[in-house]
Amino acid sequence: MPETLVQIELKPPHGDWRDSHVEFRKGSICYSAAPKNLTALGLPNPRAWQPLDKDWKLPPDWKRIILDGMKERLDKYRSFRLFMDICVRCGACADKCHFYLGSSDPKNMPVARAELMRSIYRRYFTLTGRIFGKLAGGRELTEDVIKEWFYYFYQCTECRRCSVFCPYGIDTAEITMMGRELLNLIGCNTNWVLEPAANCFRVGNHLGIQPHGFKDSLDFAADEAAEITGLDFHVPINRKGAEVLFVMPSADYFGTPHYYTLLGYLMLFREIGLDYTVSAYASEGGNFGLFSSHEMMKRLNAKIYEEAKRLGVKWILGGECGHMWRVLHQYMDTMNGPADFLGVPVSPLTGTVFENARSTKMVHICEFTADLIHHGKLKLDPRRNDRWIATYHDSCNPARAMGLLEEPRSILRAVCRNFHEMPENTIREQTFCCGSGAGLGTDENLEMRLRGGFPRANAVKYVKQKHGVNLLTCICAIDKATLPTLLEYWVPGVEVAGVHELVGNALVMTGEKERVADLRGEPFPAEAYAATTANEAGHA
Amino acid sequence: MNALYSLLAVLALVLAGFACGQGAPARMVLATFVPYAAFAALLIGFCWRVARWAFVPVPFHIPVTCGQQKSLVWIRFAKIDNPSTRWGVVSRMAAEILLFRSLFRNNRARLSGGRLILGESASLWLCSLAFHWTLLLIMLRHLRLFLEPVPAFVNALERLDGYFQIGVPPLYFSDVILVSAMTFLLFRRFRDPALRYLSLFSDYFALFLLLAIAVTGILMRYFTRVDILSVKQFALGLAAFRPGASQALSALFLCHLLLVCALAAYLPFSKLMHMSGVFLSPTRNLANNSRSQRHINPWNAPVKTHAYVEWEEEFRDKMQAAGIPLEIENETEDAGNARTN
Repeated sequence: MPETLVQIELKPPHGDWRDSHVEFRKGSICYSAAPKNLTALGLPNPRAWQPLDKDWKLPPDWKRIILDGMKERLDKYRSFRLFMDICVRCGACADKCHFYLGSSDPKNMPVARAELMRSIYRRYFTLTGRIFGKLAGGRELTEDVIKEWFYYFYQCTECRRCSVFCPYGIDTAEITMMGRELLNLIGCNTNWVLEPAANCFRVGNHLGIQPHGFKDSLDFAADEAAEITGLDFHVPINRKGAEVLFVMPSADYFGTPHYYTLLGYLMLFREIGLDYTVSAYASEGGNFGLFSSHEMMKRLNAKIYEEAKRLGVKWILGGECGHMWRVLHQYMDTMNGPADFLGVPVSPLTGTVFENARSTKMVHICEFTADLIHHGKLKLDPRRNDRWIATYHDSCNPARAMGLLEEPRSILRAVCRNFHEMPENTIREQTFCCGSGAGLGTDENLEMRLRGGFPRANAVKYVKQKHGVNLLTCICAIDKATLPTLLEYWVPGVEVAGVHELVGNALVMTGEKERVADLRGEPFPAEAYAATTANEAGHA
Repeated sequence: MNALYSLLAVLALVLAGFACGQGAPARMVLATFVPYAAFAALLIGFCWRVARWAFVPVPFHIPVTCGQQKSLVWIRFAKIDNPSTRWGVVSRMAAEILLFRSLFRNNRARLSGGRLILGESASLWLCSLAFHWTLLLIMLRHLRLFLEPVPAFVNALERLDGYFQIGVPPLYFSDVILVSAMTFLLFRRFRDPALRYLSLFSDYFALFLLLAIAVTGILMRYFTRVDILSVKQFALGLAAFRPGASQALSALFLCHLLLVCALAAYLPFSKLMHMSGVFLSPTRNLANNSRSQRHINPWNAPVKTHAYVEWEEEFRDKMQAAGIPLEIENETEDAGNARTN
């Protein structure tokens, strides 16, 4: 399939967008959720079906369910009602969507994606639409519309890039979230979203790794860190009375290249003597509920505060993850707070009070590490990262839902010597999505992911040709899971790493053995190696 | 098709306006009843629409951040594009509403030789800004018809607008800019295939209607030389709730009046409500402080969660075997302890 992905051309669209017929193709859809996952989460209409089927086995009163669901949400979310009303179709968002740029499918223009919902809103919920129908931009709600919604609301990564350019701040992520919530009401969901959610709900993390497996993974990582550094490592699990609860996305202890980031965390924590614990119950920072419904998001997120309270920690530290931080930054406190049983986070080494996390009591690891480095608390040898010429990919959610832009950059500048930015309008708040977020990162959807990842890859290619960049750093678990495939297709020769992997490489630990290789087992560049040896000799 | 229908709709309004000029009863209705009905529709409709939005809660704190957050003291943060305080939000909203900040970021994507090139594109921002500001200026200028004595600022605006004294009566630059900007916005909709694909009846209708208003106004000022005294008399009468339909009002003026009334009545039911909606947009009007101050969701409903106790119960044996601490120690031990106690 990737071989047949043709040169993308932006073709002028034809026809009327209100024609709702969609051609479902393998490679551009995610498969339906297995009934067992719906049952596990208590969601409606569990059944065996596939998007490619003609009959989707919707409940008999599906139309009423959708319209009632819309009404309920129009009365509960100002964003939804407002964004249904005020779009002027100026088209500023059109060519800002990576899926539109990569697929040239006109319904992937953010404005068109929203119009798929707005046309129903106008027809059933506005005076003009009820009277004038099509002339007022309305259309009938049919089964084809549901299929169209499914296709296009699962072809949006909720990255919010379009919202940055919208003169009214209309956020397609809000509309996609509502669309997916409505589809959930009649049992049209995807397995790539619901299986992780079901696992996370029951077991504690997306992959369904049970407590003993969780411990095995971390023990394995501890052993590996010990082998690399010659120091002893121990990862405390469910330890009461620790100062900090550390929560990371489960991919960090199960995926590659995430795993190297985990090694980086562990080395950092040991070096600074952080009094921390991880939890097997709250063993997932990511939250696939965000890709399903607000209610599911809250159900999964509740574990973090509950566990922090039970363990009696003072504050919470969060690992590198994109959508996880959307939830932690913008939703957690509102949904499951107030966290009045925790204290305002204070860095035990620098004494920095994280005023920006005063209420939520949760600090991003990049904020934490950037503060350590700024205060000179870490001994770093950036030459150990000399084999990398790095660039930094702003992950969508930390960029556009937090503004976490400089913290990772200041870390990168301290831990590696070759760093080049991609072009201005493809980074920071204008960053391009990997094309696989929001629960789309599954292999059956590969063609669409490759298309969606094209604008990001294009910018990487630019810096590769200009500066010889061979490493794309990022702080998102989905990025780390999916960008390697994308880059292999579009820009072979560029690898993907978390920021804390480079921290782990550069970190000179007290009493470490002579380190000859980086966390991936690749030998350090000769110069850094020599320097390390000299250091060791000096210490001796 | 949408463009054609909306053009026809506006032309029908224009014709109706001229027709009203012909018969005395129609004149009477148009000059005395229609403006009040339209204004009432505008006022009630506008308030109703805003209230509809305002009474819907903002359950979550969802600003879209467009710059560095306020975190560590030594990192400079974007006070306007990523505000952390109320004043920051005020400046962000001011930049958005007065200068169209977000639209200013606009760029244009182009594919060339398999590469994506993002080029500068200021035309949409420039023309939108020009259109909105001149529309405001023209509306303010119209105050001279409704107020006696004419406020000094209105006179000042007028002098500024006709600063170069070209022609008699002096050419207002706002008229030229407004019509050019609107023409650009209209042609943009025709020319750009993606926009043409998206544009609805209402998108064209609003543009055609505004253009028709502008054109009838320009015709009156520069070409047919409307009897400005009788217009002012009429406007003052309207404002004082003593409407009268003087014979001196030309058909062109009545046409202009009908179009304005149509716009006023149509506005609350249309996308033109973006003028008030933008103030309420939760991705723009909230400070990015959701970690330092708790945002309250008024309907924060309880949900079914998987509590720690239930979880531990399910994985008790495995946890014990792996040596992970348990909250409730093994029941048999507890029972034993109880007995010895």
